[in-house]
Amino acid sequence: MKNKLLPFSITFIFVIIFIVFYKGLKDTNIYTPESKINNEIPLLLVDLFDTDKTVNTIEIFQSDKLYLLNIWSSWCVPCRAEHSILIELKNSDRLKIIGMNYKDTKNNAKNFLEELGNPYDKIIFDSKGTYAIEWGAYGVPESFLISNNKVIKKYIGPLNTESFEEIKSFIK
Amino acid sequence: MKILKLVLVIFLIFPINALKADNEVLKNKITKNLRCLICQGQSVYDSDSEFANSLKIVVDNKINEGLSEKQIYSYFQSKYGEWILYDPLFNKNTYFLWLLPLLIFFIGGAIIFNKFIKKQK
Repeated sequence: MKNKLLPFSITFIFVIIFIVFYKGLKDTNIYTPESKINNEIPLLLVDLFDTDKTVNTIEIFQSDKLYLLNIWSSWCVPCRAEHSILIELKNSDRLKIIGMNYKDTKNNAKNFLEELGNPYDKIIFDSKGTYAIEWGAYGVPESFLISNNKVIKKYIGPLNTESFEEIKSFIK
Repeated sequence: MKILKLVLVIFLIFPINALKADNEVLKNKITKNLRCLICQGQSVYDSDSEFANSLKIVVDNKINEGLSEKQIYSYFQSKYGEWILYDPLFNKNTYFLWLLPLLIFFIGGAIIFNKFIKKQK
């Protein structure tokens, strides 16, 4: 009995180890951030870029419109690449684009907008990067599609033609 | 008498310092248990990325607002998902993970008991 049990348990253990490692081989070890959507937008007081006023986010995002919150910065290279898409989206009446200037200086940001155009309806000035954390963002660039005070879609990284088409389908 | 006064002064000053240091200790403890999501394999405490630096400020703000350690963890969990915590919470997805070492310990103990202690008797 004992002689039979030993080879059996050894093969059993090896089979389990083999399965675990074989599955592990196919698992990606690069973490892709979980897109938590359908979350309510955070309520917080934010500084505005143009004026020195502080407003609540609820005043910026009204419930009956579609909004695109775009986190950008003048020092961020991919932001330059996606800017033309934002300019194009600006032409739509049903979508309002809100910018969030992330860890930037006002001067550099102004130059950036002068050079490439200003697609933003309003700009939130996030000098410390803390608002972005409250929104659950990872960095720049990042865009949130907001409807009825809820985040319905999240784009991590620069917008591309694929996401552009998707946003357009939401507008229709 | 002089010494007694000195001791009293030190005794009075010390708790105030300790209280100030307490927040710093708590902040370090929390940031060490938060994963920096954009720099893999580093905690927020270790990292100097833009994301981690902003997160440290938010942790500081939350402590000053009077949130407890647990509340801060659940706050970040609601924003970024459970992956941001290094110490996974005890729930139905992780109970196997938490109980496995205990299980192995008991099985090992049973084997040792059977093999050696029973034989000696």
